[in-house]
Amino acid sequence: MVMVGLPLAALMWEATSEGTQSFRDAVSSPEAVAALKLTLGASFAVSILNAVLGTITAWVLVRDDFRGKTVVNAIIDLPFALPTIVAGLTLLALYGPTSPVGIDVAFSRTAIVLALMFVTLPFVVRTVQPVLQELDPELEEAAHSLGASRARTFVKVILPNILPGILSGVALAFAKAVGEFGSLVIITGNIPFETEVSSVHIYGRIESGDSAGAAAVAVVLLGISFLTLLSIGVIRHFATRHDR
Amino acid sequence: MRRLVSRLGLRAIALLYLAVILVGPLAIVFWRTFEDGFAPAWDALTTPETINAFKLTLIITAIAVPVNTVFGIVCALAIVRRRFPGKGLLNAFIDLPLALSPVVVGLSLFLLYGQEGWFGSWLSDHGIEVLFALPSMVIATIFVSLPFVAREVVPTLREIGDDQEQAAFTLGASGWQTFWRITLPSIRWAVIYGVILTTARCLGEYGAVAVVSGRLQGQTETATLRVQERWDAFDLAGAYAISIVLALIAILVLIAMTVIRPKEEIS
Repeated sequence: MVMVGLPLAALMWEATSEGTQSFRDAVSSPEAVAALKLTLGASFAVSILNAVLGTITAWVLVRDDFRGKTVVNAIIDLPFALPTIVAGLTLLALYGPTSPVGIDVAFSRTAIVLALMFVTLPFVVRTVQPVLQELDPELEEAAHSLGASRARTFVKVILPNILPGILSGVALAFAKAVGEFGSLVIITGNIPFETEVSSVHIYGRIESGDSAGAAAVAVVLLGISFLTLLSIGVIRHFATRHDR
Repeated sequence: MRRLVSRLGLRAIALLYLAVILVGPLAIVFWRTFEDGFAPAWDALTTPETINAFKLTLIITAIAVPVNTVFGIVCALAIVRRRFPGKGLLNAFIDLPLALSPVVVGLSLFLLYGQEGWFGSWLSDHGIEVLFALPSMVIATIFVSLPFVAREVVPTLREIGDDQEQAAFTLGASGWQTFWRITLPSIRWAVIYGVILTTARCLGEYGAVAVVSGRLQGQTETATLRVQERWDAFDLAGAYAISIVLALIAILVLIAMTVIRPKEEIS
């Protein structure tokens, strides 16, 4: 409690120590607003991509069977285990100026989305996978034999069951994406108004000695983290209400 | 027939997705590092600054992991087995380091221990260096890797219930005896799994440490900070070589996770 609470209290204190006006000025400076818009936009895009591709991957890992599935299953957790700075460097090696496949997205907004996809990849897969494992395939067979099409079976039978898993995975991915720093510093070039996200903006403010300005933007990110955790709590509450 | 086509289609999408995002980039770095053989990579790794950086990372990890293991077990026991005011708050707070930006964590500690911070003047009056020195880097690392052990242990504790603990207690075992003989053995795989995740997070921490360390070369530079420093100095071979070592550690972590996960599910 002391470990987490005290530093955050110091952060809030610094952000508001020079009055609400300077807080508002720091948060609404054009550079800060541009960074925040970019952060939220990229995180939102990555969340949608994760919802679709993560669910497909979880599905393949549970219902499909092929050689090397254990290895594939293990690789999913790579972004948890790999340092974020290394993640950025590896992405730049394949999709940067020296790319062997001729794709160069370095220092662009595409690079931000790519890096965020890398670091958030496990979340949806790992929240949907256990739910799918519990789900009885006989339910689908029953729907199928009663004449439901495959698309209809998915929408009416499977999706309602895995939706809480998808949503809480997406929320975790969103929180991670909004705060991401290490994988972005190398690959995005941190061009203000162009590829500078909020966490990098905060770092820049600290380096130039403007800790009040940094703290103000940090409080906004803190608020987003809180809201995301809260929504995960709400999703869990509704998802488990039948069990209790 | 249509079933088979859609199954293979989904498999292709999933595997392509993983190849493009995860495996491809990592494979390229491995290839680039060893393009000219092992010698250049070895030379890059054995410079005094790089050795120092790895040492520092290991020291920080060696302090942060035991602290978070004990803290995680105590927290999990408190959340599952006890009722106390503020329990809901603790439960919510414990996940916060996962959802929080590492830069925000670093800044918060910077503001707490810095020259003009709450503890800053007291610390400098007593000649204790926290910011831009080892203590703040350890604290930052503990902060970001705080929840992993607790998150693994909580569900296991819930699942095993407290029947055996109650029985031990009725038979006259003390609280400590019950913990060592009954509780700990039944949560041990969850603890080990949590410790592996914590270790990986500690070794790889970048953002929070970047803010509080001041990045003094040869003094407060960890392995991950060294990757950035080498990159900024246009020493691609150096940056790749350190990255490869960190990536190999990550792969070891993945193997350990794969071996341990089934055991955890059985127990």
